[in-house]
Amino acid sequence: MTTVLLGSISRLVTVTVDGRELRVPEGSTILDVLREQGVETPTLCWAPNLTPINACRVCMVEVEGSRVLVPSCARKVDDGMVVRTDTEKVRHSRRMVLELLASSTDMTQASADVQRWMVEYGVDPDRYGPPAPAEEDRAGRRPGHHHVPDGSTAANVAQPVKVDNDLYVRDYARCILCYKCVKACGTDAQFTFAISAAGRGFDAHIATEYDGELPDSACVYCGNCIGVCPTGALKSVREHELREDGDWHPESETVTTTICSFCGVGCNLELHVQQGSIVNVTSPSDHSVTHGHLCIKGRFGFQHVQNLPEA
Amino acid sequence: MDLRLSGTAPTEAERRAVDAAFAAHRSPDDLPGADVRFPDSGHAARGRRHILLPALHAVMDEVGHLTPGALNHVARVLSVPPADVYGVATFYAMFSVTPRAPHVVHVCDDVACAPAGAEDVIAGLAEDLGEEGEGKEVCWVRSPCLGLCERAPAVMLQLAKRPDVSVAPAAIGGLRAELDRIATEEPAEVPSADAAFADVTVSVPQAGQPQLTLLRRVGVVDPESIDDYRAHGGYEALRRAVEMGAERVIREVSDSSLTGRGGAAFPTGVKWDGVARAPSRPHYLVCNADESEPGTFKDRVLMEYDPFGLIEAMTIAGFATGCERGYLYIRGEYPLATRRLEHAIATARAHGYLGDDVAGDGFRFDIELRRGAGAYICGEETALLNSIEGHRGEPRNKPPFPATSGLFGKPTVINNVETLYNVLPVLAVGGQAFAGVGGGRSTGTKLFCVSGAVATPGVYEVEFGTTLRELLELAGGVRGELRTVLLGGAAGGFVLPEHLDVPLTLEAAREIGATLGSGVVLAFDTQADLTGTLRRIAAFFRDESCGQCVPCRVGTVRQEEALARLTRGAAKGPELMLLDDLARVMQDASICGLGQTAPAAVMSALKLGLL
Repeated sequence: MTTVLLGSISRLVTVTVDGRELRVPEGSTILDVLREQGVETPTLCWAPNLTPINACRVCMVEVEGSRVLVPSCARKVDDGMVVRTDTEKVRHSRRMVLELLASSTDMTQASADVQRWMVEYGVDPDRYGPPAPAEEDRAGRRPGHHHVPDGSTAANVAQPVKVDNDLYVRDYARCILCYKCVKACGTDAQFTFAISAAGRGFDAHIATEYDGELPDSACVYCGNCIGVCPTGALKSVREHELREDGDWHPESETVTTTICSFCGVGCNLELHVQQGSIVNVTSPSDHSVTHGHLCIKGRFGFQHVQNLPEA
Repeated sequence: MDLRLSGTAPTEAERRAVDAAFAAHRSPDDLPGADVRFPDSGHAARGRRHILLPALHAVMDEVGHLTPGALNHVARVLSVPPADVYGVATFYAMFSVTPRAPHVVHVCDDVACAPAGAEDVIAGLAEDLGEEGEGKEVCWVRSPCLGLCERAPAVMLQLAKRPDVSVAPAAIGGLRAELDRIATEEPAEVPSADAAFADVTVSVPQAGQPQLTLLRRVGVVDPESIDDYRAHGGYEALRRAVEMGAERVIREVSDSSLTGRGGAAFPTGVKWDGVARAPSRPHYLVCNADESEPGTFKDRVLMEYDPFGLIEAMTIAGFATGCERGYLYIRGEYPLATRRLEHAIATARAHGYLGDDVAGDGFRFDIELRRGAGAYICGEETALLNSIEGHRGEPRNKPPFPATSGLFGKPTVINNVETLYNVLPVLAVGGQAFAGVGGGRSTGTKLFCVSGAVATPGVYEVEFGTTLRELLELAGGVRGELRTVLLGGAAGGFVLPEHLDVPLTLEAAREIGATLGSGVVLAFDTQADLTGTLRRIAAFFRDESCGQCVPCRVGTVRQEEALARLTRGAAKGPELMLLDDLARVMQDASICGLGQTAPAAVMSALKLGLL
């Protein structure tokens, strides 16, 4: 039997996007409409398989009647809404958000799209001065207190990589605090609640209780946080080691789709293969079984496939 | 959800403190027994999260910091994941998750207190106790505005096992004596430090004058006596409200054109009407008493000297909008106001003015007081809601607005303290008559917090439309030669002497590019260190940003750095361009009002050439 997913049937409303009048389903977000129309909109904290988080503020658009810009990922369309994506105000905000992130965070492992947006929007993170040196204990900072800066260096989140287990690393020098991992660990996928945002303001960071190590936390190593991380702050130990050794070759990577054989649920897997060996496993976010999320076995249980006798 | 808890156990004192907080705040329909971690505990267990902040406060009050064992016990009793408990505990400046002295001296070094000798107090404390945060029994830390600007410099003592107290004005000698008393004497029923607040004219020089409306009972009634309150017209407005009926009350409030006094100036009638009509039940009322805007202390003064007024106004608001429960969220740095309000709530309840049958009029309303814990952002209405619910005080995305989906996802009225006090005169004279004073969106009287370089700082009540010059004269005139006035607080802007004749209305302030904000009028003379003030404001926003959205989290850091470079003599051109770029993204793209107004004062000073 073939099943066709029709989705829910909804009323159409009229919205105007950059001067074009459109009929779109009620309940869509502005971002849904923009994607449908092929209007490229940068996003960082948005993911197709998570509820909108609305923290990064890079997808902002102008909506007539609103004094401030509006996050297209979270705002649903209203009948008669007039949206502009091509204004100076929009471009300025997007440029500044990317620039502020690039000046405070290591964005070099963000996706190719992010790299391209930074060029297209004219991002210049160097104008805030040279980066301040990395710090060991960012977690111990007190909310509401900081050292008064002299402005000679630009504060940033540089810090050592946390490697405290065999499966994945936490490289928070790359963390843009998009909250995606928190949502994936919590109510959007896993319901494990091993991590939360802790601290406040610029010192806010993602942490387990008492900033402890992952093995001491509630973490079940499903890796769904890795699956949604947009900047490479969370990645498998395997990928981390290959990158450290200069042996990471994304250009040669092939992706093979298969179905997980560990149990009967039938999760689709995408095996990412570099130089004849599996380096990562993901699942497509539009897959009706997984919605992009996996368990520890699906995501990390692939070693037996390539555990070949030494030739 | 299956919580994974570590084996760390609380001490007996910590367990008692948490269990007592739980018992005091648990809802009547909660499951029996403290530990509900069995598979079908479901909603009941998750419904306890709102007790998180009171539970953390209870541990702080008992021990002075939050130990892993205590957090673990909180997580277990409230069924909240330990990582979430940690995330909330590390959000608030008054909490400490690392060992700290049980007594903490919070020294305000903000815009009003810094020029008034805060550094002398700090130097004295550093001599006695060592560096910031160090010390075995007592330590000192710097603090943002404590809302005692008329008594600058101000200090708040956060004390384990005894009530917190404010000391203002604070001199190192008196402070040493107070700390000695704390070390050697048993806590008194009424803290001796409260005696300094007995003279109301220090805070309200106009006290007792016949023309006052909002302040009319301040210094006249005994704030601890409901009989005295009733003898001075108390609960007449409630009686009138019940006679009128809920709809008519809302009409009067709408007719009065009363606008919110917290800073955003939203029409109160529209807000009330929206919630009253909302089909979803229950409705909630929240009083925003998290007054934290640097330079603001009007709400504190009202609550300290006329606490029953707020209880009555909240009861009327609850009656009009169909709320059976009101939350009074007061900032953690207001110990005296908290004591007076707790007493007022208990007394009103005992006299039947709160409860299942308010004043025998057949409607149900009660008030629960919640203490903040040192976070300016929790004055933002949706951050405040998150804070009450036991989440980090991060603002929510709007829409939906609280009138549709607020506290616990239900229709919620959120009003500032001064706004609620205005409801009493609206009902006393009627909406139309109330609107007869002032005009446009600026009707009635307004409280201003005058401090800085004036002869007699304090809260002043004037009619909308009074000029800034008249207000300064009312406060005894400027000490020295006036350089500028900070109007509206850190989120407001500067006004030059040539604009002193601006009428203080929402409309006229806007015309000169200023805002009344929360009613701050902070005067600077020509000797003032404006650069230091601006850098303090920039540091304030960096400290108080919740960290959720990029424009505010990183923008406030970059703004402070650029300002530091400017004051060190960096080339102006590129720095001004950078500050302008930062200001625009913060204004346009931040989630909430904090980020949107974070560059306001700095940009205003630069525009006026004050730096």
